[in-house]
Parts: sequence; structure tokens; C-alpha cells
Amino acid sequence: MASSADFEQAEKRRDTDHESFLSHKRMRWLKISVALCLIVITSYFLVDVEPRHNGGTWYGYTLGTIGVILIIWLSLLGIRKRNITEGKWSLKAWTSAHVYLGLALVVIGTMHTGFQLGWNVHTLAWALMMLVIVTGIYGVVVYATLPRSLSINMREMTRAQMVEGLAAIDRQIAAAAQPLGRKEADVVIAALEQDVFRAGLLARLTGKYPRCKTKRAIKAFPAGSLNKAEEKVSTLLARRNSQLSQIRRHMRYKALLEIWLFIHIPATIALIAALAAHIVSVFYYW
Amino acid sequence: MPDQYRVAIVGSGPAGLSAAARAAALGMPHILIEKTDHLSDTIFKYQKGKHVMATPSNLVLRSDIDFEAGKREHILGTWDTQIGEHKVNVRLNAEVTGITGETGHFTIELKGGDTIQAEAVVMAIGTQGNPNRLRCPGADLPLIQYQLDDPGEYFDEHITVVGSGDAGIENALGLAADPKQNNTVSILNRRAEFARAKPANVALLEEAEREGRISVRRETNPAEVRANELVLETRDGTEVIKCDRIIARTGSQPPRGFVEDCGIEFTSEERSAFPKLTPSFETTKNGIHVIGALAGYPLIKHCMNQGYDVIEFLNGNADLKPADEPILAEKFAALPGNRSVDEWLEIFRANIVILGELSPLQMRELLLDSDVAAFDSGDVIFVRNDPGSSMFCIAEGSVLVETDPDDRSATVPIEQGSIFGEVGLISGRRRGSTIRAGEPTITLELSRTAALKLIATVPSAGRAVNRITIERQLLQMFGSGLTKEDVSELVEAAEMVEVRAGENVVEEGGEDKDIFVIQQGSMIVEKSLGEKPIFLSYLPAGSYFGEMAVIDGSARTATVKAAIKSEVVKFPGDAFLRLMEKKPALRERALSDMAARRQVNAFVEERKESFSGAVDMYSETAKFLVDNGIGEATDVLLIDETLCVGCDNCEKACADSHDGLSRLDREAGRTYAHLHVPTSCRHCEHPHCMADCPPNAIQRGADGEVFIDETCIGCGNCQRNCPYDVIRMDSVPPKKPSLLSWLLFGAGPGPGEASYDWRKKTAEKRGTEQAKLAIKCDMCAGIDGGPACVRACPTGAAIRVAPEKFLTFTKLVEDVE
Ligand SMILES: Cc1cc2nc3c(=O)[nH]c(=O)nc-3n(C[C@H](O)[C@H](O)[C@H](O)COP(=O)(O)OP(=O)(O)OC[C@H]3O[C@@H](n4cnc5c(N)ncnc54)[C@H](O)[C@@H]3O)c2cc1C
Ligand code: HEM
Ligand code: SF4
Ligand code: SF4
Ligand code: SF4
Repeated sequence: MASSADFEQAEKRRDTDHESFLSHKRMRWLKISVALCLIVITSYFLVDVEPRHNGGTWYGYTLGTIGVILIIWLSLLGIRKRNITEGKWSLKAWTSAHVYLGLALVVIGTMHTGFQLGWNVHTLAWALMMLVIVTGIYGVVVYATLPRSLSINMREMTRAQMVEGLAAIDRQIAAAAQPLGRKEADVVIAALEQDVFRAGLLARLTGKYPRCKTKRAIKAFPAGSLNKAEEKVSTLLARRNSQLSQIRRHMRYKALLEIWLFIHIPATIALIAALAAHIVSVFYYW
Repeated sequence: MPDQYRVAIVGSGPAGLSAAARAAALGMPHILIEKTDHLSDTIFKYQKGKHVMATPSNLVLRSDIDFEAGKREHILGTWDTQIGEHKVNVRLNAEVTGITGETGHFTIELKGGDTIQAEAVVMAIGTQGNPNRLRCPGADLPLIQYQLDDPGEYFDEHITVVGSGDAGIENALGLAADPKQNNTVSILNRRAEFARAKPANVALLEEAEREGRISVRRETNPAEVRANELVLETRDGTEVIKCDRIIARTGSQPPRGFVEDCGIEFTSEERSAFPKLTPSFETTKNGIHVIGALAGYPLIKHCMNQGYDVIEFLNGNADLKPADEPILAEKFAALPGNRSVDEWLEIFRANIVILGELSPLQMRELLLDSDVAAFDSGDVIFVRNDPGSSMFCIAEGSVLVETDPDDRSATVPIEQGSIFGEVGLISGRRRGSTIRAGEPTITLELSRTAALKLIATVPSAGRAVNRITIERQLLQMFGSGLTKEDVSELVEAAEMVEVRAGENVVEEGGEDKDIFVIQQGSMIVEKSLGEKPIFLSYLPAGSYFGEMAVIDGSARTATVKAAIKSEVVKFPGDAFLRLMEKKPALRERALSDMAARRQVNAFVEERKESFSGAVDMYSETAKFLVDNGIGEATDVLLIDETLCVGCDNCEKACADSHDGLSRLDREAGRTYAHLHVPTSCRHCEHPHCMADCPPNAIQRGADGEVFIDETCIGCGNCQRNCPYDVIRMDSVPPKKPSLLSWLLFGAGPGPGEASYDWRKKTAEKRGTEQAKLAIKCDMCAGIDGGPACVRACPTGAAIRVAPEKFLTFTKLVEDVE
């Protein structure tokens, strides 16, 4: 017998609060994080430690411990995301907490240093932490702004359909190019043979493809002086160009949405290593 | 050849083969007549290498020929050999076109004019039917074929495909796919549009047309077939084209017409009806028997057992117990009283009103798809809000319906012989109240399929269920205080109306004064404000509408139309008014419902003046969702594309929590105003996928999910029947290395569904290849925490919702930041 508790739970889910990770549970984690920062900042000025604030005081140790625990927990997001176990967790809640608590680290980590920065492994750890956080902030910005453009650009097409659409235009161009003269045919063939997906990082991120052979081919068919076959090829090339642009915009948005993780994650690993070195060295020289 | 055989068996599928083998074993003079040039055409036509399943596993096989799960080729090979060994008298290439005569001397007419004489006939022709033939002069010329097995085997031909459905289009595309074959392919469509085919196929065809690979001729009919030519009748007159081969794909005729022409009656007019049969499979035409899929038993094992049985019966073996006897005995073993199977069958038939007219054979079949249970006084049979689409019958005892969820003691009884739970069956909605046994009670629970079959094939049962449903729905809808007697006038006057999707039931400004209850399907309420109709609200099955005009005598203030194909019950408004006068509580209830509805409408109308854009968007979004199946959904996955970063973690999570195969395709599907309906199961109230599943493997589970159980035989019917394309046929892949070993050492393909290559190669390497079966979303039933796709979305873009909760103004226009 299905229990009615299950039912109520499922009903609540079906009536779900449709809200993003940023506003999850009315910004619960933002509030917690702000409170945490306020406590840290006020106590920083209230607590009087000798000779001055740095990582080595009891206050510094406290903040350091909180910071390490937070960093470890923040890193576990990568596991949580991929370990689809049973239970009532939601990755959205995790991300929400991750973002806001991660930001709080700016305050906690920096106050932990007591602004004692220099050229050493300790500051390296702090700098890596800041790098991870800065890339994280970039990530949140793109997560909040780009999906809309991604969606508009897709126009209800899947990636596979876009690629198939391009292939369909290409087949038409190949057929239509048969009657063309040698010179024109060569530009068209060059355009068709160019691999759309071999694009450099810069091209992907900017969406600018200066060496695009389709654009070049279009220039080879200037309006006004075309015979019937050329006219047809020219129209098809314009269609190819617009299909190509859609694919490129798609690749651009996806690249912008993903690029930061290529720093965020390796920097996290480096951070954990640096953190380990930092802790070991602190206790070793104690 | 004897002048007259003892028995002629028509059709050499598993049913016919098994019958013929038994006849041969008994030394009975027999002939097995088969239309095609091989045995068992239906199985012959399965995909090459298909793994054939031997379900139900608890049914013993009783046949002179062997059958066990295995590859199609192996099974057909075994049968060919064994039919030879048994010296079965087979006649291939002989299509039976008519059966005349009486028991003892039938004449069986074959295509081409031959006849065969037999004392008795066993029809085992399955349900595939015959392809529709071309109807024009020359239609019998050999250049016409009705099937295309391998489009790759034709070269340098002028080929014309007739037919505008998916089969025709796929054939045409296949024939034109490889330019090296150098075929000139044309396809003829009687109409201007390809309305019957899937949009994807039409798009491919149009592309092939643009590229000049296929000549598509619209509004064109074949007028005459000649040796190497085809005369076409087009809008602009006749035209002759060169033609070496014609492939006609214009659908097929079910065998019912042929069977009826032999003098055999069916149980009803319904499309799903079967021939009327006695326990020995004899039809209303004495001497002619029907077995196998045609008799309503679509599994190979059933077919073979019946083949054996029918010949035993013909041979005078009256004591033979059907092969399913032990299954029934096991079912009944749980009941008190130590009665035999036949006694139980008789008790159920005699005591339960709607089963009164059933034959013993129908009773057996019904019981096989049903459950029996005994309850003690006070035992709960089901709980309010349980999902459930089965229907219960009370064979002995009586039950109590709790009418007030907060007060267990407020109950009304339902007496022996009656039914309950019918609302879940008819509307596809959850149980409306908790039901307990009022005394020691024995119930029969008919699965949804069994109940629907019963309603379709036994008209009196259908009427009885309907009447009870209407009565109970009224009582439930208007709450306590009403009795059967109160609503009897309404029930008498009730009229069932079927509505097509998009059809108006009530029109704004209309003067009619009826009140309606939605029994099946759902409605949308619209009002014209400005030039466009504005969506006001969504009404699920179980709601009523039309009360405003009845109560205050005004014209209709809004239009109510069907979101999907629906059934509504129409009651005359004056009878409702009289009832309200008698029952002040009902009056109050109706008035308060009405006030609440007015408020919603007024709210939307008001907004229309100040925030016209938001209302239009709400209205358009709601209509978009309804067009995409939300009107028949119970729980649907939506993706807010203003939040979706395209990480596909939803798909990966689905795969990782379900045998490594994802049951959703995030990217595919329609989008409106950034709301995306991905390709994923909607858990329909009346699932189309259930319609035609031979082992009845698709069920509604305890959380309301529609799922496929382990008895699936991989026939692919459900995949074809689902309008939303959410079922895939695939084999369970081998297990992946653990997440940890992937993270640390890069072992295996990583999270999510592994590539097809990896799955295939690894399965081959490990020798763990599995049969391709149907897989679909099960709403993560049984997984603590609920749907993995939603839990694994990092941004909150993926949500699963119920239509009546989501199709509201606030939900649809709220801005998610
Ligand atoms: C794709 C697919 C997969 C399936 N997989 C399974 C499975 O794995 N396991 C399972 O148990 N069931 C499966 N089924 C169901 C099963 O195949 C059928 O229910 C079964 O074949 C029915 O047997 P039958 O003998 O009643 O009729 P059929 O097998 O349909 O045989 C009827 C025979 O009669 C012949 N015939 C028809 N009309 C005439 C005529 N007028 N004159 C002479 N001969 C005629 C036909 O050519 C045919 O050979 C599957 C069905 C399909 C479509
Ligand atoms: C030192 C602090 C931080 C650490 C160690 C850390 C670590 C990580 C890790 C390991 C992931 C998992 C990435 C993956 O596997 O795909 C991740 C994801 C993410 N982080 Fe951080 N992070 C930190 C701070 C922040 C901050 C401050 C922000 C934002 C302001 C942020 C935003 C994100 C976001 C948006 C994701 C992506 C979630 C997803 O797509 O699943 N992180 N982070
Ligand atoms: S598989 Fe298709 S038909 Fe079946 S419930 Fe899901 S969406 Fe409906
Ligand atoms: S679940 Fe689908 S594929 Fe499996 S047996 Fe039923 S209809 Fe056929
Ligand atoms: S609810 Fe579960 S089974 Fe259904 S799509 Fe989501 S993850 Fe897959």
C-alpha cells in the first residue's frame, strides 16, 4: 500500500517551487553566508590578539579550520554531481550553498591571513583560493545570463539537427555546383571541405572565424552578375552561412559556459595541494 | 489426398502449427493451409536476429513442437524440422478466401479456385491481416508488391511507391538512399499533404524531393498498371510514367471482415472485440474454431497451447483441463473455502452482476489478468489518493467507502455483486476515497486492460460500469450529504458525450443550460478578450463545469474545449437546479466553487487590462503546453531554458540510476517562451503505450508512474503507440567501473550513458549481450528522494510538475531569477 506520506511528498514536488539555484529557498544560503561574514568581520575587529592578526593566533587557527573545512566541502560538489545516489539531496541546493559559502571564503580566508601576504606557499594557497573564487564568480555570471541566449539560438533544434541541417544544405550545394566553372567550383568545394568543428579556442569563445571559407565563397558570387546556376549556389551558400552561424553561436555559448570549469577544477586541485603544503609547513615550523 | 479431411487448419503461426502437429500425432486426417511460401509468417517477419521471449514463464507449454526463448532463426528452424518430422500435411502458397458449408462438410476456397473439404475448421490466421490491394485495372500484375524487405537489392529500376504513411515514405527513402543503385523513385500521395506520417519522415522526404532524389507526386492516384508503365490520374489529367516495380503501402485490412464473412460473430462492434467462443474455442458457426492471436491470445505460448487443446477437444477429449488451470488454481489457493477452479469461476460469474453474461472461456481469460483477494472485516482495500487504474468487483461480502477523509466513521456501503474503484479506471486519476471491507469479503481486481476489454466486449457490462461511475462521481464531487436517491434523476438523464481534441463543449455567449462532468481527458477554459482567446484555466478529469449559466441563468461566459480526446457526461441544468433546491449544502458548495472560479477569471481579465503582455504570454504558454501533451499528463518533466546550462547532468543522472540507459532526451522536444518539453514520459492518464502490449507488461505503479515490467517481449508496439516518442528499444548495457576508479584512473566511460560502441564492445567482450527491450521513464519509482533528473540539475532548470498545478497564472508568468 503506497503510504499517503509518499503521496504528499510527491504532490509537493509536483507543485514545486520553480526557482533557480541563486534564489533557492528564498536565498537561504545567501543569508547564512552574509551572517557568517558579518560575524567574522565584527569579531576580527573586536577580538584583540597579540601581536596582531595573523594565521598563527588562536583566532587565526579558528578561521583557518573553518576555511579548510569549507574548501573541502566545496570541492566535494564535483563528486556529488556525479554520484547519483538515493536520498533527498538536490544538486540545486548544493550549488546554491556552494556559491554563497564559496563567496564567504573571500572574507574568511583573507581575515585568516590577517592581510599578511608575501611570496610563500601560504600566500600561494590564498591566491589559488581567490583564483577559484574569481572563476566561480565568472561561472555564476554566465550561468545566470547565457542560458537565455543559448535557448533563443537553438530555435527548437538539437545540436544533431543543426549538424544534419548543414549536411543537407551541403548536399544541395554539391549538386547545384555541378554546372559551375572551374574557378567558382573550387571556392565552393573549399567551403564544403572546411571542417566546421576544427576551431581554435579563441574562435570558439569569440564566435569570430576570419578564415571561414564559406564567407569567402559568398564573396566569389557578387550579386548582379550571376547566371542561373550561380544564383542558386549563391542562395544556398547564404543558407549555409546562416546555418553555420547558428552552430557557431551555439558552440560559443557552450564554450563560454564551460571554459571557466577548466580553471575552476584544476585550480581546486592545486589549491588542495597548496593547502596541504601550507598546513604541513605551518605545523613543521611551529 | 482424402476427399474430406477431419480438420483443416488455416494459418501456420504458432497456433496453427501446434494444432497441426497434434492432429498429426493423433493420426487425424488434417491439412495445414498457409498463405505465404513459408511457415509462421508473423514470426518470419520479425527483425533478423530478434530474441523471441517465452512469456508468461509460469505457463507450461503443452505442444508437440518445441518452443523456448531464443533467436527468431533458431525457433523457425526448429519448427520447420519438427513439422517435417511429424509428417504434418502442409499446403503452402494457399490463401483461404472463403469458408462455406456446415459442420461435418465445409468447403474451403483457396485463391486461384482450388477447394478443400473438411469436417471441421480451425482458424489461426493471427491479426496481421492483409495489405490493402491496389484497386485499379492491372492490380494483379506481378510488378506490384506489398512489402519491401531489403531496399538495397534493386538496381537501375523505375520504382513507384504508393502510399503516404511512414511505411511508404521509409521505403521510398530507402530505395533512393544510395545513388549507386541508380533507381528512379517516385512516391504517390492521394492528397496534397503527408498528414499521416511522422513529421521527421516528411522532412526527409521533402529534402529528398528538393535534391531531386525522389519525385513526389501529390494529389495523384494510380489509374492503371501496365507491364512496364503506370498510368497516373493527377489533378491536371492523366499521365503515363515508366515503371518496373510498384510498392504499395496503403495500410492493411484487419482479418475481421473475412472472419465475419465465414459466419462468425464477434462480441461487439468495438475494434478491440474478438470472436465469440465456447470453452472449446468453437465460434458461433458450429464446426469452425478460432485460436491464437485472433482469439485474443497474443503470446506464442498461449497460441501453441490452444492449438494442442483445440485438436484434443475435436478428438473428443472432454476432460482436458486448459493449460492455465494451475495458474488459476494458484490464484484461488489464497481464498478460503477450498473450492475448485471451476467452482470459483462460477461463483465469480454468478455473484458479480457485470460478469453475468460471460462464457466460461471469457471468465478464465478475465481471471488470468486479474487478482483475487480475501479481506477480513475492517481490512483496508485501498487508500484515498493511491494511484490505481484497476477495478474491483465484490464476489462475496461488502465494503465501506469512507466519505470524509477526516472522519473514518462516516461511510457508505457497497453491496455484494457490485463494483468499486471504477473512477480510477475511467478517469485515470487517483483513488477518491479509502475503502475497507465491511465484513469478510472476497474481491476480484480487474487489471486496467482486463477491465477495458470487458467493457469493450460485453456491452451490458460497459453500460453498468458507466452508470455506476456517473453516480459515484456525482456523489464524490459534491461531497457528503447526498445519497444515491438524490442523484438518481441526474443519473437517469445523464448522457455520455465524446469530444475530439480541440472541440468546444460550451461556447462563450451560448444560451444552453447543461452542466458537464469530465469523465475522461481534460478541458481548457478560454475567453475572448480583444481579438485572441485567452486561456483562463485547466480542468482535469473529475471536475465539472457549466454550472454558472445554470445557477444564474446567464449566457455562457467562457468557452470550454477539450484539451485532448475526452469524454464528458452531460446533465440537464434544470434537474441540477431542482437538486440544489432540495439540498442547501449542495447549493452552498456550488456557489462557493463558482465564486472561486469567477475570482480566477476576474484576476486574469483584470491583468489583461494592465499587463496585457503577461496575459498573452500566460495564455500562449498554457496552450503550448497543452499541445505538447500536458493535458493528458500526470507528471511531466519541463526544462526552464532560462536556467539550463546544457550540462546534461539530468540525462546522466537518469542513466546512472537506471541500468546505464537514459530515459530522457533533454535537447529534443518543443520549446515555447523558454519552457522546454523534453522527450520524456508524461505518465499519461490513459497511456497510449498500454494499448497493444501482448504480455500486458506496461502498468501503472504505486506512485502513479507508468512503467514496463520484466515480462516485456520487445515487440516494439508501445514505442510505435506512444505519441511523444519517449520509449526506446535497447539492451541493458554491461556494468561500468565505479565512479571512484573513473575519477582516479579514468577507468570506463565515466558518468552517464556510455556510448553505443562502448556498450556493444564491452557486452561482446564479457559475453553479456541482452535482448532489446522497451525502456522508458519510471519516474524513479522506488528510488528514495524521487526523480534523479530533477535532483541532479545544478541550476533548478529541470522540474517535474502536474498539469493542474502548473497551468496557473502565477506559475506560468512568474519570473525565475
Ligand atoms: C514484432 C513482434 C514481436 C513479438 N515478439 C513476441 C515474443 O517475443 N514472444 C511472444 O510470445 N509473442 C511475441 N509476439 C506476438 C506473437 O508473434 C503473435 O501473437 C503470434 O505470432 C500469434 O500467433 P498466431 O498463430 O495466432 O498467428 P500468426 O503468427 O499471426 O500466424 C498467422 C498465419 O496465418 C497465415 N494466414 C493469414 N491469413 C491467412 C489466410 N487467409 N489463408 C491462409 N493463411 C493465412 C499468415 O500468413 C500467418 O502465417 C510478437 C509480435 C510482434 C509483431
Ligand atoms: C575555494 C572555493 C571553491 C572551491 C574549492 C570550488 C570547487 C568547485 C568544484 C570542485 C566544482 C565542481 C565542478 C564540476 O565537477 O563540474 C565547482 C563547481 C562550481 N562552482 Fe565552485 N568552488 C569554489 C568556489 C566557488 C565560488 C565562490 C563560486 C561562485 C561564486 C563557485 C561557483 C561554482 C559553480 C557555479 C559551479 C558549477 C556547478 C555545476 O555546474 O555543477 N565556486 N566548484
Ligand atoms: S510512454 Fe508515452 S503514451 Fe506511455 S505514458 Fe509515457 S508519454 Fe504516455
Ligand atoms: S512493453 Fe512494449 S515492447 Fe515490451 S511487450 Fe509491451 S508493447 Fe511490446
Ligand atoms: S524521473 Fe527518473 S526515470 Fe524518469 S527521466 Fe527522470 S531520472 Fe529518468
